Amino acid sequence: MATPNTTLWEVFIRSRNGLAHRHCGSLHAADATMALQAARDIYTRRGEGLSIWVVPSNAITASDPSEKGMMFEPAESKIYRHPTFYDVPEEVGHM
Amino acid sequence: MAAPSITVSETPLVLYTLRRADDALILGHRLSEWCGHAPMLEEDMALANMALDLLGQARELYSHAAKVEGRDNDEDKLAYLRDVRQYRNLLLVEQPNGDFARTMVRQFFYAAFADLYWRAMMKSKDATLAAIAAKSEKESAYHLRHSCEWLVRLGDGTEESHGRAQEAIEHLWAYTGEMFEVDDTERGLIDAGIAVDPAGLKAQWLKIVGGVIAEATLELPSNDWMQQGGRIGRHSEHLGHLLSELQSLQRSFPGATW
Repeated sequence: MATPNTTLWEVFIRSRNGLAHRHCGSLHAADATMALQAARDIYTRRGEGLSIWVVPSNAITASDPSEKGMMFEPAESKIYRHPTFYDVPEEVGHM
Repeated sequence: MAAPSITVSETPLVLYTLRRADDALILGHRLSEWCGHAPMLEEDMALANMALDLLGQARELYSHAAKVEGRDNDEDKLAYLRDVRQYRNLLLVEQPNGDFARTMVRQFFYAAFADLYWRAMMKSKDATLAAIAAKSEKESAYHLRHSCEWLVRLGDGTEESHGRAQEAIEHLWAYTGEMFEVDDTERGLIDAGIAVDPAGLKAQWLKIVGGVIAEATLELPSNDWMQQGGRIGRHSEHLGHLLSELQSLQRSFPGATW
């Protein structure tokens, strides 16, 4: 169990070269070095990672769930922003 | 009926390999005792990971020993069917976990040695040992880093953690000399380029250990009297208890599998 004064960290793992780091979970650690080690021990045990970022959870500024309407609903009615209204010529192949 | 102990023809290379295998198995078993009991979930995983690294090293070393011996023994028999006096591990690795500081100091003393040792063993003329060394070296390097970071934080942490870390150093110091011992069996292997002379690693080990201990605001003990006996099967009272747990299943139900 985490002690109250142990910082919470968010862990991001990059699985292969060229891909972005992806959030995979969180953990408790006293400082950044220990957080990085704990992330290695907890989240890369099955060969998931080539690179790890740890970020103090309190450094993340998050959107407010109660502002969901204002933040995200206006985009829902603008389906023309999806690139689905033209045909891709066959010669282009897989995009 | 309980399974009886096996006999092993301890030719120099068999004995040498068994000694390293026993170090890895016993230390790995000790670390596995923390599973579900570590101070925090993150460390529980870290300790179990290190235990599994060591168990993997032990398995490869036992298999090699069995192959070199060339009789009916295999990795399981060597681990499960030898009695305490047949075990050849360092006294350091069989010492009980104690508190977290003691476990970390034990890990630190061993990993600081193992890191240097495996790196040197990558040049062994025994191709299997050289390959095991190449794999083990990366694992030991991480064990060293992990235990270093903890030691610095324990030593330079609170009064309580400092006291416990210093106590652990004093308690375990006398078990560190054995790592650098060489007997006649090993001397021949060293001369043949199969084994590494651990005496040549001592200055570097002291430098690493001294540096971290100083950074942790802790002190190295001044006494240089050292325990010995593990390499010839003269163990502390703790190993028998450990083995009774480690071996109970195979001793009670010989050949049991799942």
